[in-house]
Amino acid sequence: MSTDVRPTPAHGGPGRTAPEVPPPPRTGPLVALVAGREVLAQVRTRSFQVSTVILLLVVLAGVVLPSLLGGRFGGDTRVAVVAGAGAALEGREGFETVPADDADEARQLVRDEGVDAAVLPAPAASSGEGTGADVLVVARTEAPTALVEALSVTPEVELTDPDATPEALRFLVPFAFGLVFFMAALGSGTMIAQNTVQEKQTRVVEILLAAVPARVLMAGKILGNAALAIGQVAAIAAVAVVGLVVTGQDDLLTLVGAPVAWFVGFFVLGFALLAAIYAASASLVSRLEDVGSVLQPVTWLVMLPYFGVVFFSSNATVMTVLSYIPFSAPVAMPVRLFFGDAAWWEPLLALVLLAASTVVVVLVAARIYTRSLLRTGTRVRLRSALRERD
Amino acid sequence: MLVLEGIERSFGGRRVLQDVGFTVQRGRLTGFVGGNGAGKTTTMRIVLGVLAADAGTVTLDGTPLDAGRRRRFGYMPEERGLYPKMKVAEQLTYLARLHGWDAEAAARRAGDLLERLGLAERAGDPVETLSLGNQQRAQIAAALVHGPEVLVLDEPFSGLDPLAVDVVLGVLSDTAASGVPVLFSSHQLDLVERLCDDMVIIAGGRIRAAGAREELRERYGTRRHELVAAGDVGWLRQVPGVRVESFSGGSALFEADEATAQEVLRTALARGPVTTFAPVVPTLGEIFREVVAGPQDAGSDLGTGPAPDGTAAPVRPSLQEVSR
Repeated sequence: MSTDVRPTPAHGGPGRTAPEVPPPPRTGPLVALVAGREVLAQVRTRSFQVSTVILLLVVLAGVVLPSLLGGRFGGDTRVAVVAGAGAALEGREGFETVPADDADEARQLVRDEGVDAAVLPAPAASSGEGTGADVLVVARTEAPTALVEALSVTPEVELTDPDATPEALRFLVPFAFGLVFFMAALGSGTMIAQNTVQEKQTRVVEILLAAVPARVLMAGKILGNAALAIGQVAAIAAVAVVGLVVTGQDDLLTLVGAPVAWFVGFFVLGFALLAAIYAASASLVSRLEDVGSVLQPVTWLVMLPYFGVVFFSSNATVMTVLSYIPFSAPVAMPVRLFFGDAAWWEPLLALVLLAASTVVVVLVAARIYTRSLLRTGTRVRLRSALRERD
Repeated sequence: MLVLEGIERSFGGRRVLQDVGFTVQRGRLTGFVGGNGAGKTTTMRIVLGVLAADAGTVTLDGTPLDAGRRRRFGYMPEERGLYPKMKVAEQLTYLARLHGWDAEAAARRAGDLLERLGLAERAGDPVETLSLGNQQRAQIAAALVHGPEVLVLDEPFSGLDPLAVDVVLGVLSDTAASGVPVLFSSHQLDLVERLCDDMVIIAGGRIRAAGAREELRERYGTRRHELVAAGDVGWLRQVPGVRVESFSGGSALFEADEATAQEVLRTALARGPVTTFAPVVPTLGEIFREVVAGPQDAGSDLGTGPAPDGTAAPVRPSLQEVSR
């Protein structure tokens, strides 16, 4: 075409030293680089910082407050004691004794709110009536339960089935596992979707694609957000554990132990499964306004299993089914393990099923993602994203 | 050099590129000219491998391009885009790292480039806070930061003020001078005319002309001369071999071959003083119109519909409006 053949300067023409060419980057470090940017970009946003702090405070409050409220709210109970009547309280935790000279002074202290209650020697008349108690408790408006308990003789209790899970836990544990997975999946999924569309909308994606393959972008995005989600869950867990230990509820921890380890494994796979679907769905649209509608099906995939597990946690049949369906397995199987309802091979089988479907879904998602990223304008139809070549 | 041969591409049955082939030489700036929807962006995307061709080859120094080689290209897409909230220098560093530079080298390259593009003091600002012209410079920096082996820029000068055009041109010329083939598209024909060494003209998905700027001028534009004399030059119409294009009293614009033109000059001098006698070099706009709406394809449309790949066509003055 051109007949004008001028001497073409070799590499390193005027003003340049030897050509500098970096080694071709390998996929692993590239994915890590993309993931790192994803994490940094989000950690730096004010909304992420604020919501994380609030979330941690709520968890802390949820763990610590019940024990504070249920126990000795507002410090030790001050008790006025007359003569030797309060001997039973000596050395008891949670009570502070205030010596009083006689019953009248003790009653006055109670009325003046100088003490919370008073313990007097029981009047001869009442002790004679056979209540068994040799003291009289004086309080202002209602009987001080803790004090009465401390002064009572507690009968020996024998449990016929000490290992059974308390009824409250049967509800709480699925709820907790479910909530953690639900929040992480929904939160990160939405984040992945938004960032994907944002890259399309701001067109930065075309430059990125000129540098790295689409699947590297998708992998980095999922990995980055997974790291964030797992980091958040770990922070929540740490806060909860510290809270439980500090408030002396650490016996609960030993109960949860092994199922939590399983939960982590299921969580990671289940998360990848959903994250890939989020990324692929979002890649179909070009504007943030359209994200909501395209994410509807995925959102149901997250919510339905969650509600299923919470509502049917006592129904063995439903739970068994749910523990094998990839979308609900991450919550249902650890819950069954927690209640000791699953045989040893069941979590393994469920995990294999989950891993297999995750691999398939990730591959399909990467295909959709690759084909849709550069298509802007109207929403890309799923079928055409799958069928057409790139 | 970068060579395209026989590139074909259709979108949903609509053929947008047909037997597209041209050459981008090392060390030269090649301008890629065409109307909206003519196929420039699609061609560039195919060069970059962002889009696949249905047929045809793109080779660099005779070697077909693979994905790895293409990743060493520099690309400024038609649709500008950087992460709005990311800082300029950080963003460029990130892009250089995506191309394989280690963190330190990437940061150094980003800093140097921002310095050269006059953007150094905005290095720490988020992209979204930059003016459009500065965003454009950042975008150009994004195409250059990794030290590309081939540079492909889609409308790099749109939205730049004249000073910025000079700065960017300087950087592009340096890049070309270092032996990098540089291809850029533009609809600002006067700019292309001033800046590039080679030109490629595309219309309706086909290459209509390609070659060195001067060579195209020779080949396409009609050679015309301007004559301004003291007296009336109406006699020109009677000279054989002369076609008068415009005429008013003492001045005329006429077509004639070189010998006839010299003859005309002699006649004019014999008749009285001549104030102006000069060849009129055809503008790129004229060449473009001739090439695009030439006899071989009369009534070819510039294609002002939506871009073939489904992207909304940006509203721009058409080529003819600009060049007129």
